[in-house]
Amino acid sequence: MNKPIRTMSIVCMLLFVGLLLNSTLLQYVQAGDLNSRDDNKRVRDAEYSRKRGAIIAGGQAVAESVPVDDAYKYLRTYPQPFKYAHLTGYYSYTYGRDAVESTQNEILSGSDPRLFVNRVVDLIGNTQPKGGSVKLTVDPAAQDAAFAGLRALGKQAEGAVVALEPTTGKILAMVSNPTYNPEALSSHDFSKVQENRERLLAAENKPLLNRATQEIYPPGSTFKLVTAAAALESGQYRPDSLVKGGDSLDLPQTDNDLPNYATGICGTTKITLTQALAQSCNTSFGSIGMQLGDEALREQSEKFGFGDVYLDDLTRQAESRFPAGDVDDPLTAYSAIGQYEVAATPLQMAMVAAGIANGGTVMRPYLVDEVRAPDLSVLDKTNPEPFRDAMSSTTARDLTQMMVETVDNGTASPAAMPGIKVAGKTGTAQSQADRPNYAWFVSFAPADNPEVAVAVLVEDAGVANDLISGGGLAAPIAKSVMEAVMNK
Amino acid sequence: MSSLNPLNALPQGFTHRRRRGAELFLLLLSLVVGVGGYAAVGLGVEGEIPVNIIGYGVWLTALCLVSHVAVRYLAPYADPVLLPIVAALNGLGLAIIYRIDLANLAADDDANTFSSDQLIWMTLGVALFIGVLLVVRDHRRLQAFTYTSGFAAIVLLIMPLLPVIGVTRNGARIWINLLGFSFQPGEVAKVMLVIFFAGYLVLHRDALALAGRRVVGIDLPRGRDLGPILVMWLISLGVLVFQRDLGSSLLFFGLFLVMLYVATERPGWLVVGTTLFAGGAYAGFLLFSHVQARVDAWLNPFDPDVNSYQIVQGMYGMAWGGLIGRGLGQGDPTLIPFSYSDFIVASIGEELGLTGVMAVIVLYGLIVERALRTALVARDAFGKLIATGLGVVFALQVFVVIGGVTKLIPLTGLTTPFLSYGGSSLVANWFIVGLLLRISDQARRPLPDLAGDGDGADDGMDDSTQVVKL
Repeated sequence: MNKPIRTMSIVCMLLFVGLLLNSTLLQYVQAGDLNSRDDNKRVRDAEYSRKRGAIIAGGQAVAESVPVDDAYKYLRTYPQPFKYAHLTGYYSYTYGRDAVESTQNEILSGSDPRLFVNRVVDLIGNTQPKGGSVKLTVDPAAQDAAFAGLRALGKQAEGAVVALEPTTGKILAMVSNPTYNPEALSSHDFSKVQENRERLLAAENKPLLNRATQEIYPPGSTFKLVTAAAALESGQYRPDSLVKGGDSLDLPQTDNDLPNYATGICGTTKITLTQALAQSCNTSFGSIGMQLGDEALREQSEKFGFGDVYLDDLTRQAESRFPAGDVDDPLTAYSAIGQYEVAATPLQMAMVAAGIANGGTVMRPYLVDEVRAPDLSVLDKTNPEPFRDAMSSTTARDLTQMMVETVDNGTASPAAMPGIKVAGKTGTAQSQADRPNYAWFVSFAPADNPEVAVAVLVEDAGVANDLISGGGLAAPIAKSVMEAVMNK
Repeated sequence: MSSLNPLNALPQGFTHRRRRGAELFLLLLSLVVGVGGYAAVGLGVEGEIPVNIIGYGVWLTALCLVSHVAVRYLAPYADPVLLPIVAALNGLGLAIIYRIDLANLAADDDANTFSSDQLIWMTLGVALFIGVLLVVRDHRRLQAFTYTSGFAAIVLLIMPLLPVIGVTRNGARIWINLLGFSFQPGEVAKVMLVIFFAGYLVLHRDALALAGRRVVGIDLPRGRDLGPILVMWLISLGVLVFQRDLGSSLLFFGLFLVMLYVATERPGWLVVGTTLFAGGAYAGFLLFSHVQARVDAWLNPFDPDVNSYQIVQGMYGMAWGGLIGRGLGQGDPTLIPFSYSDFIVASIGEELGLTGVMAVIVLYGLIVERALRTALVARDAFGKLIATGLGVVFALQVFVVIGGVTKLIPLTGLTTPFLSYGGSSLVANWFIVGLLLRISDQARRPLPDLAGDGDGADDGMDDSTQVVKL
């Protein structure tokens, strides 16, 4: 019987080796991941007993911990709660963290490896370790303008604004409305927090949602910038190429015609590409789209970042999309004008504008400029990083000129500024019949030396459909944000 | 003499040393673990050494010394490593339970405490251990109780299902309440089953081993010999179905399979049995929501729709402990439900780190190794089978419970031997150690001098003619 006993001892040894390996996996290999999970109460309790670092925008704290006289020692406060809610996120004992509070948690809570030396010093000096602080790229003036602009449409107006610095990818402003007060979720009155959270989750207009990055919308005519870029890049078109105009485009394989926004704006038969963009002619871009084909449009949109995740500083970025698979000609025509299943985040459309502004190179967008140790020494500064080359610099220059024309003599005129060349494009996207159209505006300025690129989306401002247009609702907001950046 | 003994493969003339001094030394080390752990808990939680450290230390030391003296006189050749390991594990368990008591008391003055009960159970366990050494002077006598043990095991397994005394706790019906004490009869049934299987297999192993036919390279047993294995399969499925106790079901069936394999030396049994078990387990998964719930919690612990709070808290605790642990009293083990019993390994992982968990696993591994070594050197088939059975049941139980807690396999409710709070488990495990020491004493004892008879030692080796020392 000794042979099977020896076999069994090997089997038992394997079982125990399995246990040893698995506990190593749990306590060493996976420990970091497990410790950084939001619902991990141990780590949270340890965090709560430390002074958490501040989140800073333009020299002012937009999130900071203040000492309080209760079991948790520090309370997280948000000095400008509604305006920065979607950037800072909340810091809830029960529900974890969101946005920068979540992505930069290790620095803020002081557990980051870069703070190791500080922790050792604190340990030796027997002082409570503190968290480091995070400086955002946000320009408070631009953020103020964006917030004020959206709020001017109504407290519950649904929409989002994103402003980027084209040369770096810095997020200068990012606002989503309706918004919420992070303090309502970060309080130490947990039953109140639960109530607040349930109310926020139940609210139909989704105040917790960051519309700038976490939701995709049909971009409408602003997508014509992508189609135009694809057309110029194909080599078959120049800004003065004559393209199909007229009041409607006959769609093959269907009985449908694709009309323009209004009759008589796009000439009778042929117009230049520049005119087509300036007047936002569906007929022209529909036919260009069919001629280039869905593959070319998809490739061009992916060069701008469609179908990709590129923003690490906020949680749950949605991927913008261009419909996959073989799209037939009529649907390609709809796709070319940003309808059908094309959908983009406002951030994505701001990146389209910024890419054109930056000579064709799209920079990777980022929100965290610097992370600092508790003594305010800079631990790390984010370096701007090219994300994609979306087009040649010639194409970018041509397209910029076409967008300037759109502001000067076209649909985007509400964004015009005296003495400054502005490049812009409007969009009004139809969706289901039972909801208002989406009003879009993307722009950058100054056109010859861009400092800021903006995308504005107004999802629902409680306005009747015939009053909704990108130029009317969204352009004034974009204009005030651009002014706020340039006036500095 | 160059001939080898057919059963224990040791050269003739080799005698094991008693090594009782080594045992005493190791026991003192394990006392350092137990009493030191207790003191460290007091220092870590309250900043001072517990006031009752003297009484506690004296009591623990007395238990160790008494059991050592008992072994010295009743089983002088017994394995010297087993008792110290068991004492160390039990002492560590007591310290951890005491630590969790303190945390519970800090949260609520009227909280249930477990450490003093556990010390009483340990005392009973040691008493039973000495009792086993005292009463069972030769393990082969147990062979007479083969069917009695089998019957007792079945009665014990059925008891929790009876009305009045049976109690359902946390979904499993494995407890009985008698005279105000609650007891898990399954723990004792485990030992009874080992004795029953050993006795049964010693008698029937030839039939099971030799009759049968060969199918695709595997020796399959005869149909009629499949009877007992099917009965056992049904019993473990019954445990699974009626008591909702996944862990014990796996334990009993695994134990039976291994013993069958060892007795017959035919791997075919393992194939047949594993197939049966896999089929039964899969059917159980399909039929029973509580089995599905366990598998779900194992596969998707972080899915918000899955009820996996306990396993996730255990994982968090162990991750929080990291390599060297937070230190006794510095963690938060009370966040884990049942941190003092099923999940005590997670509590150890949190406060003593990977280092502590590895030490515990290695100690368990050593127990199994000593048991199987005893089986190898045992001179009779019955002793070999019991020692193998006890070793394997131990290995399986440790694997199932620690593997469950660390998410290697789905979680099933079993106690962690010697560490977990729980009287039935502790007493039954001390009983197991008593039996193992008895068998190893027999196995390591020098052979009675029969060489003078003239025609070789081999006759003397034969089970049937060996002198039974009474």
